Amino acid sequence: MYLPDFEYYAPATLSEACDLLEKLGPEAKVFAGGTDVLSKMKQELLFPKAIVSLKNLGGLSEIRLGNNNDVIIGAKATHNNLIDSPVLQEKYPSLCNAARQMANNQVRNIGTVGGNIVNAVPSADLPPLLIALGAKIKLVGATGERVLPLEDFFTGPNKSVIEQDEILTEFIIEEQPFTGSTYIKFALRRSGALAVASVAAAVAMEGNVCRKARIVLGAVAPTPLRAKKAEEMLTGKEITDELLEEAGSAASKESKPISDIRGSEEYRRDLVRVLTGRALRKAINEGHV
Amino acid sequence: MQKIEDHSGTKYYLITLKVNGDSYTRAVKANTLLVNVLREDLDLTGTKKGCELGDCGSCTVLLDGKPVNSCLILALEADGHEITTIEGLAQNDKPDKLQEAFVENAAIQCGYCTPGMIMSAKALLTRNPHPTEGEVREAIAGNLCRCTGYVNIVKAIMSAAEEQQ
Repeated sequence: MYLPDFEYYAPATLSEACDLLEKLGPEAKVFAGGTDVLSKMKQELLFPKAIVSLKNLGGLSEIRLGNNNDVIIGAKATHNNLIDSPVLQEKYPSLCNAARQMANNQVRNIGTVGGNIVNAVPSADLPPLLIALGAKIKLVGATGERVLPLEDFFTGPNKSVIEQDEILTEFIIEEQPFTGSTYIKFALRRSGALAVASVAAAVAMEGNVCRKARIVLGAVAPTPLRAKKAEEMLTGKEITDELLEEAGSAASKESKPISDIRGSEEYRRDLVRVLTGRALRKAINEGHV
Repeated sequence: MQKIEDHSGTKYYLITLKVNGDSYTRAVKANTLLVNVLREDLDLTGTKKGCELGDCGSCTVLLDGKPVNSCLILALEADGHEITTIEGLAQNDKPDKLQEAFVENAAIQCGYCTPGMIMSAKALLTRNPHPTEGEVREAIAGNLCRCTGYVNIVKAIMSAAEEQQ
């Protein structure tokens, strides 16, 4: 397959990279792992005149503990870096499990967590759980940096609030109020398939009472979607099978799926109902975040 | 990375790859893919091109020991890294245990997926010498065999692992 010509830049510092992106304008594309950018270019879905590679920027793939037990994930960390990270295995094993469900081993060795977010694909595997855990992201631009909740990042399929000169540099996951979390994906194959529907759930349990819940749906709306009505339904309540079923139905009503080659609107809605119940049950019984 | 321009203004970059233990310096264009350097510049045609979109795994090579799709890596991005291809597995003209196990277990049908399959298996056995069948299947999930000969492929990898013990 033919890969068109482009100018290649590999700036040595982050500020140089942002300046370059500002100067080159919308025809320049940030390049981290490249598994998405290159396959889109080969399929003539993307035509960047210039590629700004992040390969010389050190430190952006680190996964570490920050202040107040915050977990900081560098945006250049690959999916397999997440899976193998002792910090995440200890603090957020559910995030390791979510990363393991993306594509296949070869792609997980190259594809970065930053790329999985910035592409803003509604079926992406990491956003639902990261949003459920209240992750924040840091965007660094030519004139400064900003930190915002990942929940506010997406605006539509392949669309987000990122500016032309901005680079996503890290994720910040603060100490959790939750006792358990999980990400469940339904796809047509176990590997190398996009989600038909997915659900991330995080719950704070006190005995059998749910103090707080977060439910985030993937692949069933233009962006990852919080099922807020279902969350409210659970808050402060004793968990029963009936309540979980009601929460599943509520989440199903809140979803806004489309019909496409992977599944119809009706099928996706029903998947959301079933997966929400399953994800909540798993998060309740999980005993780790 | 040194940049050079030919008389027509086309830009080339000088990259150095360590492939199967030997260093090679080549002038490549920005849009040159790693798989093309291996196959066309270095004549290492054991690495195959299949879907060229990162789904099939025919082009799997090891980049610093990790299996990757060489069709989705710019040659420029691989500059300075160590690459192992299927040609690099044999030692002193003796095939790797995995290669022998594929032959013994009839794990090769048309053979097109075999190099990529073996590279994924090699990375697995290096990291996890005694995998379960489930771990083997997960490790080769990014390698598609359209002859669908997975049963014997899994058998071959398991027998190579046993032989290591």
